[in-house]
Order: sequence, then structure tokens, then C-alpha cells
Amino acid sequence: MTVFLLRRLLQAAAVVLVMSLLVFLGVYAIGDPVEILISPEADQIERERAIQALGLDLPLWQQYLVFLGRALQGDLGLSFVFNEPALRLILDRMPATLELAVGATLVALVIGLPLGLYAGLRPHSPVSKGILAGSILGFSLPTFWVGLMLIMVFAVQLGWLPSTGRGETVTVLGMRWSFLTRDGLAHMVMPTVNLSLFKTSLVIRLTRAGVRETMLMDYVKFARAKGLSPARITFVHVFKNILIPVVTVVGLEFGGTIAFSVVTESVFAWPGMGKLIIDSINVLDRPVMVAYLMIIVLMFITINLVVDITYSLLDPRVRLEGKS
Amino acid sequence: MSSTAAGSPLARPQAAAVETPLRRFISEFAESRLALFGLGLFLLIVAAALLAPWIAPQNPYDLAQLDIMDGRLEPGSRNGADTFIYWLGTDDQGRDMLSGILYGLRISLSVGAGSAILACLVGASLGMLAAYAGGRTDGLIMRLVDLQLSFPAILAALMILAFLGKGILNVVIALVVVEWAYYARTVRGTALVERRREYIEAAQCLALPTRRIIFRHLLPNCLPPLIVVGTMQVARAIALEATLSFLGLGVPITEPSLGLLIANGYEYMLSGKYWISFYPGIALLVTIVSINLVGDQLRDVLNPRLKK
Amino acid sequence: MSPPTLQVRNLKTHFFTRAGVVRAVDDVSFTVESGKVLGLVGESGSGKSVTGFSILGLVDPPGRVTGGSILFKGQDLATLSEAAMRRLRGNRIAMIFQDPMMTLNPVLRIDTQMIETVLAHAKVSREEARQRARDALGQVGIPSPEERLHAYPHQFSGGMRQRVAIAIALLHKPDLIVADEPTTALDVTIQGQILAEAQKLCAESGTALIWITHDLSVVAGLADDIAVMYAGKVVEQGPVVDVLDAPLHPYTVGLIGSVPSRNHRGEPLRQIPGMTPSLLNLPAGCAFRARCPRAEARCAEPPPFAEYRPGRFARCIHPYQEAVAA
Repeated sequence: MTVFLLRRLLQAAAVVLVMSLLVFLGVYAIGDPVEILISPEADQIERERAIQALGLDLPLWQQYLVFLGRALQGDLGLSFVFNEPALRLILDRMPATLELAVGATLVALVIGLPLGLYAGLRPHSPVSKGILAGSILGFSLPTFWVGLMLIMVFAVQLGWLPSTGRGETVTVLGMRWSFLTRDGLAHMVMPTVNLSLFKTSLVIRLTRAGVRETMLMDYVKFARAKGLSPARITFVHVFKNILIPVVTVVGLEFGGTIAFSVVTESVFAWPGMGKLIIDSINVLDRPVMVAYLMIIVLMFITINLVVDITYSLLDPRVRLEGKS
Repeated sequence: MSSTAAGSPLARPQAAAVETPLRRFISEFAESRLALFGLGLFLLIVAAALLAPWIAPQNPYDLAQLDIMDGRLEPGSRNGADTFIYWLGTDDQGRDMLSGILYGLRISLSVGAGSAILACLVGASLGMLAAYAGGRTDGLIMRLVDLQLSFPAILAALMILAFLGKGILNVVIALVVVEWAYYARTVRGTALVERRREYIEAAQCLALPTRRIIFRHLLPNCLPPLIVVGTMQVARAIALEATLSFLGLGVPITEPSLGLLIANGYEYMLSGKYWISFYPGIALLVTIVSINLVGDQLRDVLNPRLKK
Repeated sequence: MSPPTLQVRNLKTHFFTRAGVVRAVDDVSFTVESGKVLGLVGESGSGKSVTGFSILGLVDPPGRVTGGSILFKGQDLATLSEAAMRRLRGNRIAMIFQDPMMTLNPVLRIDTQMIETVLAHAKVSREEARQRARDALGQVGIPSPEERLHAYPHQFSGGMRQRVAIAIALLHKPDLIVADEPTTALDVTIQGQILAEAQKLCAESGTALIWITHDLSVVAGLADDIAVMYAGKVVEQGPVVDVLDAPLHPYTVGLIGSVPSRNHRGEPLRQIPGMTPSLLNLPAGCAFRARCPRAEARCAEPPPFAEYRPGRFARCIHPYQEAVAA
């Protein structure tokens, strides 16, 4: 297990390195680095001085090393707009995005798993066909438009739920959270449902396909030949097998959900990382964009790592390969 | 065996007709009414988009035709000059929503189809190169594909547009960048399987030029999965374009696509003027659903693994 | 006299596919007494496996048992509810599958898969169940069973996995075991060991055994009786020695002829021409007639299942009554 972990960590570090190079090239080489790093208001002399100070007269590979060194110390530059470290800006808004993404993942699993299981066990029943049709719709519906419709129905017409913002928050562990207050929860409902739409459809499809495939396996028939109850077969023999692909995909999708919260946060004016990056793009606050990208990359790597480890815990075959 | 089948009274008459792959494909596709419905719907939408200049009540891009006094009128209102009815209402600039939607469809569809075709060309070429060259070339291309696929499309597209700026062409470029990998992976996978088949080996033994092997032998076999992926990607591209435009990073405000029309209605939603966002959204939804219905059935028909 | 362990009468199992009705099992009858072994022999697609699944009530849609009766110790299984049937499965009637690589759930440990079988039918503590699982593993010749209980299936070889599957089948000392080609996927040496164990088991515990196989040489040393299946029907039946020495049906003759060891060196291997017919829309009459060297016009009529000698049945109008030089 230790060897397995070490190998994965090394791989992860390598990917971070490659991604940092890509981000560096994307932002510092393609864009005009002066424009990115120095406030447009600066005059010529200030610019010259800054260029020297920042080492922009150095060859590209040296610049990259400097960028890397600063990044390692957590310095990803100052935001043009807020004049604060870009990294801190993003980390401040991370809890809002995280609670949304975690909420959406939970909703997707809680709704998607049972529905997918049912549709997989009874593929020909009308209810299953309805579930499947619903999941196709879930894939097709443009998320932002559904968000607008949710606001129209539940906030404007019915007045049941607040339309925008985070509502009341509580500070725990130095971070502000909405899900711990009643008002905050009410604010969370629509964005969470909206963000989970795609994921729920995905979980339904994966579970359904997995159940249908697993039910045809010899070991399921053997389990029936052993006289096990249908509940035991479904929840132990079938479920444990389909959990592996579902956990993998849902886990890997978590990064996608955080990325996609860009859209949901814009619709519901939810003050998370996604809203920040859209605002930053609109005003070309490039240090924030760089910081966001690096954080997202790190997050993806971490998620991949966690999924790999969970996967190995669930599937004995993988676990033992790592051991030997 | 054959003699018994011929003598059987149960031998079905249509079996007598010559079964070409195309005919078989059409009849299998038509087995799903839902898919036929989707196809019909899609053709209708394409026709409406193509005919927009002739069937739309006004040209929504011609500012001279817009009357700001007609802004935010409810569906069914008559226009100021009393010459036609705003069946779906107007937006804040007095643009007829029906006309806006018809013209918006043109942009959404052409961006979707254009990016899909370009991405297919780029992706299929690289996928074929990877499969045929193998070794390091293959490794490099597939690492790129993995990297691209593991990164969320919406983010990649956002970043590209942030650096390139708005504009239809830039949107297409962004979509091609985020989508080529799907085609590359598909083509490489199929081509690798096909390459090991005897007929390719036979062709190689005959010393046929590589180009001929690729275009006459390998590529046609990659077409079915490519068509399936392509269909799905057109729907995805349309949705992504709409999302980008909604976020204000897609098409320019002067030629709104469906996504931008929806975005325009966002601020009026809270005051109950639902139609500005609602109808373009319905048009978008119907377009995507119809393509996905066709794509789903195509996948079932063209996927050999599902055949028994 | 107590009823035989299993009596199958005119069993019909049909599959209702879109292309038509597949008569996978069509009017099959046989009897297995306690402590006896019945060899159910046939090519793939002859319906022998479906017969086995029919006995356990494990035929999946679009298949369905459409006629006949399956009497287990005198009780018609068709009249049982699914719950009652479940109490029999794995308990009084057990099954062993063909491919040991596929029958054990890859993500569950061996002990989980064994203990759950014990607990499904016996009200015992987990510890007791574990003890029984350990004993069963020992019984089938798995060394250090206690350790092996903690293992996952992929840590076992094919032969070992099949032993585990057999151990699971033996857990409740069933009255009947249906073994569906359990040695086909294994090495010849392992096959021999498993056959010997199966034989010992039946003799000792009085378990009735149905051994499904396509390999006549396997049943030759194992079975008491043989039923040969072809295209969903039993074409020949009788005591094993008798069937092998004096086969009646041309198909059985062909099968015996194509066992390599029975041929002399240098002679070409005999084989049955043609291939198994599609069970879809099977024409009336003898299904074997297209491949039969003795076929004649009358074979287009359905042949009766007749007793040609005492205890020797065949579905053929012109059986080999004389001894066939094999």
C-alpha cells in the first residue's frame, strides 16, 4: 500500500508540474506578461522597473523557474481589482463552492442510485422507462436555463425560496458556511438542485447500466442458486460491484462539478470561486485567473488520488496488485 | 439447415428482399419511434433556421427594424406600427423574440455543426496518426487526449475565450479545442482494432500505399463510431456555446445566439417577464433533445456490442 | 417405496424471443434416484444447461418453463412459490456452474460468500456458519481452509475456485446437485480429481447428481445412467454401460465415434457432419435427420420415444439394433 501511495504521489507531482508549465505558457507566453503582471495604469518608468524586478527580461525557462518558485511559496500574484493576493481571494470563496458541490454530489447519489437501481432491475417497466427518459432530459437541459426557470417558479411565482445569494452564514474553522443556518440552507436548495441535475442523470445511467450488466453475470446466477434472498443479491452482490464504477465516476466528476459551478453560481449570484472567476475574466484580472487554474489543477490531482485510493479499497484486485 | 429454412412456412417474406447495410441500418433506426420523432423534429428545426430570413417577422440584427418603444412586450402583443404580432413577446430592445429565436438557431446550429466538423477533422486525423504511427507519437497524442478529457470542457473553453476574446470564430476555436479529443480517442480505438484484422494485413502485404490503406480501408470502418460521437458532440457543442454566451463570453451582443437571448432576459425574470428567457430556452432544449434522441438510437444501432 | 429424488416429466422450456420461439427444452423426461449419477450429454445448444436451470427455477426471461413437471422427492416444483423455491435452492438442490472464473463474486471474500449461504438456510450463529464453511473447504481438499477463507476469488486458481464452488454446493448436504459442465474449464488432472470426489460424495451421502457435459468420456466412468440430448429433446436414454456399448440412436453412435481415444491410430477421426440446427422454428420430424447417415423419408414425421430394450429408450424409427463396431 505504501509503495502504491508513493507511486501515485509521484505521478501526481509530475502532473502538477506539467500543468504549471501549461498554465505558465498559456498566461505568460501567449498573453503579454507585462499586461498581466503590471497594472495598466503604471507609467513607462514604473513598467521598466517592474519588468526588471519581475525578471521578465530573463529567458523564458528562467522565468518559468521564478514563477514556479513563487507558486511553491503560495505567491500567485496580486489581483488587479481587489489588490489582494489572488490565492487568498480564491481560498476565501472556496467554502461556498465546496458546500454547493458536495451538496450536489450528495443529491445526485441519494436520488440517482435508487432510481438507477430500480431502472436496472426492472428495465421493461413503465416507471423505468420514465426514469430513463428523465435522465436523457437531464443530460439535454441547459443547466443555466433550468436555473433561471427554477428562480422564475420558486422565487418569483411561488415565492418559496430566495433567488440569489448565500443567505445567513456561520463561521466554523475560520470559514463561512451556509448549510449550518436555516436561511443559508434555503438559499442553497435551488443552486444545489441545479448543479446536481447533470450528475443525477449520470448516476442514474451508470447505475442502471451497471445493474443490467451485473445481473447477467454468472456469479449473480450462482448467488440465486445458493438460495439467497433478492435483497441480499441486489444490495450485496450487485450493489458492491456497481459501486466501483459509480464511485470512480462520481469522484472524478467532483472536479467537473466544481468547474461547472461557474454556471450555477452565475445564475444564482452565489459568491463562490466560480462567480469570482467569471467576474475576473470579464475584467481580465489575470493573476486571479492563473491562481484559479492552478488551484483547480491541484484539486483535480487530489481528487484523482483520492478516487484511486478509494477504488483500491473497494476492489480487492487493484489493492493486491499495488501490494505485490 | 438451409434446406429446412427454405421449406419452413414461417420464413418471412421480407427476408427475400436484398438486405443492404444501408437498408438494414435505416430499418433498425426506424424501430424506435422516439428516434424518428427526434429526427423529424431536428429536420424541422434545421429547416426553420435555414428559412429564417423568409419566415421571421423581422430581421432581429437590423437595428433599424427594432423599435425600442416595443421593448418587453408580452407574447401576443401587436407591434407599434400594427403590422404584425409579437407571438412570443419582445426583449428589452424591442426585438421580436420569435425572429430572435429563428436567427439565434442559425447561429447555435452553425456553431455546433461547424465546431463538430472541425473537431472531427482534427481529432480523427490525430487519432488515425496515433493508431497508425504507434510508439511515441501514439503516446504523446494519447497523453494530450487524456489531459484534455480530464479537464472540464467548460473551464477550458472559458479560459480560451478569456484569452482570445469574444466572437463566433473564437467560440468555434474553443469548442474545437475542447472536443477534438473525443474524436481522436474514438478513431484511435477503432483503428487499432481494425488494424489487426486480416484484410489490413493483406493490404499491407500487397504493398498498397499507406494513404490508400488509411482512407479506403481504415477510415470507412471508423465511421460508425465517429458518427455516434459526432452526433452527441453537436448537441454538446450547442449547449456549451449557449452556456458560454450566457456567461457573456460567447457570441457578440449584436448577433445573439439562443444563449445570449436567454441571458438578456435574466434581469427581467425577477419582475415576472419570463418570456425573454423562457422561449429561447425551449428552442434550445428542443434542439438538444432532438439531437440526443437521434444520437441515442444511432449508438444502439451502430454499436456491435449490443447486437445479439 | 419413497419417490425418487428427482423425476422430470415432459419438461418444456421455451424462449420467447423477438425472432420467434426457441424450444430449448422440448419434452424432456428422466429420473434420478438417490445416490445415483445421471449424465446429461449433448453438444452446446442442445438444451442440457437449460434443463439444469429449469430444475432450479432459474430460467431468465424471455425463457419460461411452459410445460411438464419437475418432481423433487414427489413434490412438484412448479407449484412452489418463489420463496419456497428459494428455501430449496442451495439447500436441498444445489448447482455447480461451468466456469469457475465467473461463479464467485470478485469483490466479496470467500468467507462472505460461504457464510451467507449457510445463513440463508440455517439458523446458526456466524461462528457456527464459519465453522461449517471451513469444514466444507477442507472436505473438497483445500489446504489450510482457515487462511483461505479470508482470500478473494482472484487469489485462487481455476481448479481451486471450482472446489470452492463445490464446497458451497455441499454446505447443506443437498439431496440433489446439478453440475453444469463443472470440469470443462479445468485441466485434465484436476478434472480427474474432481470427478473422483464427486463420485465418492454421492456414494457416501446418497446425494443424487446430474452431471451435464458434452464429453462422453467424462460420464463413462462417473454416471450410472445417461440421457443424450439433441436439439432440446432426449434422443437416447439408458444405463451408462449399455448406452456406450450398444447405442441405439445414430446421434449417440456419432458422438461415441468422435471420441478420439476410441479411434485407432492412423484412422481418420470420425465426426458427425453438419452442425447443430438452430432451435428457432425447428421443423417437425427428427431434428437430426439432416446429419443422419440413416435418414429416410419417414424421418420427417416426429419419431416416438420408444423403449427398444428393457430400460433402453431412443427417439428414432430405425435405431441400431445390432452391435456397432466402434
